[in-house]
Amino acid sequence: MVLEVEKVNKYFHDPVTIQVLKDVSLSVAQGEFVSITGKSGCGKSTLLYILSTMDTDYEGELRIDGEATRMATPARLAAIRNEKIGFVFQFHYLLTEFSVLHNVMLPGLKLGKKSKAEVEHRAMELLRELEIGDHALKGANQISGGQKQRVAIARAMINDPHIIMGDEPTGNLDSRNSEIVFEIFQRIAQEHKRSLLVVTHDEDFAKRTDRIIEMDDGRVVS
Amino acid sequence: MRLLIDIAVTLLRAKLRQSIIAAVGVMFSIAMFVTLLGFMNGLNQLLDGLILNRTPHVRLYNELKVSDLQPIDLVHPMDTNTTNGGSYNMIRSVKPKDELPRLRNATAIMEALEKDDRVMSVSPRLVAQVLFNIGTTDLTGVVNGVEVMKEVQYYKFQDYLVKGDPYDLASGNNTIVLGKGLADLMEAKVGDLVQVTTATGDRSMLRVVGYFQTGVADYDKVQCYANIKTVQKLLARPGSYYTDINVKLHDLTNAPTLAREFASRFGVQAVDIQTANAQFETGSDVRNIISYAVGVVLLVVAGFGIYNILNMMIYEKLDAIAILKATGFNGSDVQRIFLLLSIIIGVVGGLGGLVFGFTLQKVIDNIPFNTEALPTVKTYPIDYSLEYYVIAVSFALLTTWVAGWFPARKASQVDPVEIIRGK
Repeated sequence: MVLEVEKVNKYFHDPVTIQVLKDVSLSVAQGEFVSITGKSGCGKSTLLYILSTMDTDYEGELRIDGEATRMATPARLAAIRNEKIGFVFQFHYLLTEFSVLHNVMLPGLKLGKKSKAEVEHRAMELLRELEIGDHALKGANQISGGQKQRVAIARAMINDPHIIMGDEPTGNLDSRNSEIVFEIFQRIAQEHKRSLLVVTHDEDFAKRTDRIIEMDDGRVVS
Repeated sequence: MRLLIDIAVTLLRAKLRQSIIAAVGVMFSIAMFVTLLGFMNGLNQLLDGLILNRTPHVRLYNELKVSDLQPIDLVHPMDTNTTNGGSYNMIRSVKPKDELPRLRNATAIMEALEKDDRVMSVSPRLVAQVLFNIGTTDLTGVVNGVEVMKEVQYYKFQDYLVKGDPYDLASGNNTIVLGKGLADLMEAKVGDLVQVTTATGDRSMLRVVGYFQTGVADYDKVQCYANIKTVQKLLARPGSYYTDINVKLHDLTNAPTLAREFASRFGVQAVDIQTANAQFETGSDVRNIISYAVGVVLLVVAGFGIYNILNMMIYEKLDAIAILKATGFNGSDVQRIFLLLSIIIGVVGGLGGLVFGFTLQKVIDNIPFNTEALPTVKTYPIDYSLEYYVIAVSFALLTTWVAGWFPARKASQVDPVEIIRGK
């Protein structure tokens, strides 16, 4: 299993203590395209951020690629995120000071397993695959919203992660661009054999994925 | 690390104007710090030099005073044992013995001092009170008999000689250098003869070969210099007759200890420069403290500037910090990036400040500064010590590091979930 969670509980303490996740258990296999759906406030995003290792304030077990993360140091978690997880958010979160190409390269340079030239080559490959190779040298602010989201996907892919997580990746896009993003995700799962875990409330999007995890009031219902 | 520097530089370039303003702040404070200290210390050295250049570190002399033991004390010592009645010797109006104010055994003392390796130079002096006769009036004066070449070598005699050549004084017989004030009073020109009467009534004619000026008007109205041989002849004393021995040491700070040592070893009076001029060190110290205080304040203000700009930058860059963290940069990477920002500003501003400071020093060094009191000084004095540059740069780095550390720490603690979910 690429990702496993067992009996995760999560509480918010401000202003009063409420339980937002109740005994959540799930797993994602390699190459699986999974979507998490549910109403607003059901805890699906909260779950995603726990799975992403960025939120460490929870009870339960989380294993990524077989490695238990609960007791890992923040530095180790950062390394896991860098190497094994890719993110695509609702907003693109590109660094506007850097070029498109450099944005894609940053996590690869941080990983430091390849030379700068190799990382650059790989980044160009990804950008071309996502049909935005022509914009590689533009500033991150000089391209359209749909293009930005594709750059974010390329950035998520640069270190060949085991799993790519998305938080409403199409939430901010028109239907044409949503379709493009969906097709890219599908290709990643089928051709690259990467797992995908996407939080969405777009029913059509969810229906076309391999598996839907539906959440309600902090529990997994199906 | 290369990557972090790369990111820091890119962030700086994106905020070029703010970064330049911050660096200019550092630059100005460093420049002011260097200039201020250089100028202050230049002045200090100039003023200290007025005293230090011409004052011996230790002066040995023989003060005429009443002997501690009167003849009766030797025959019938004082008895403090009151059981037998006890006794005191009471003598009123004791006067000093008729004695010459010279150093006994001066030649032997000088030989001993020459061999001492703590001593840099030994030069004898013969000070004589005289009257200068101009027509029917007399002006009092003091003729200092000196070994001219030693005065030139160790006491910067030539710096105070506004007219004439020290070699004329060294080689000539019956020549004299008058204080500028005295020369003006007597209207004596170089080449004129002046008549001198000693305390014992002997008269001689001396040829004026130059003027000197120390800047202290009262001093310049009284003091004159002549070759020591000339003064010995004037007073009709032998060649070993000296009233003072001036000692210059390798280490000025040893002066008080050595003065005591020489006094007891040679049985003479000895005064050290610290005792003779207690005020000059205090003055220098206070001026130094003031200039350092102003310099440090300037740097601290620049530090606050950097702190502000970095803080603003962090608020603007919260998204960037969040995404860096999400994609695998850990807290200490983020902290290093922001610390690097600050240090780059500090280094660039600091180096610019050194260059600018040096330029300002050069400018001040070329501003004319003419004063009666300081005949050899033509422009404002500057001390170009490397020391100030080193202090300024290390302090600049320290301030920028501290100013950067707090915002950087804050950046490292940004919770990416909060930022990303907050949208």
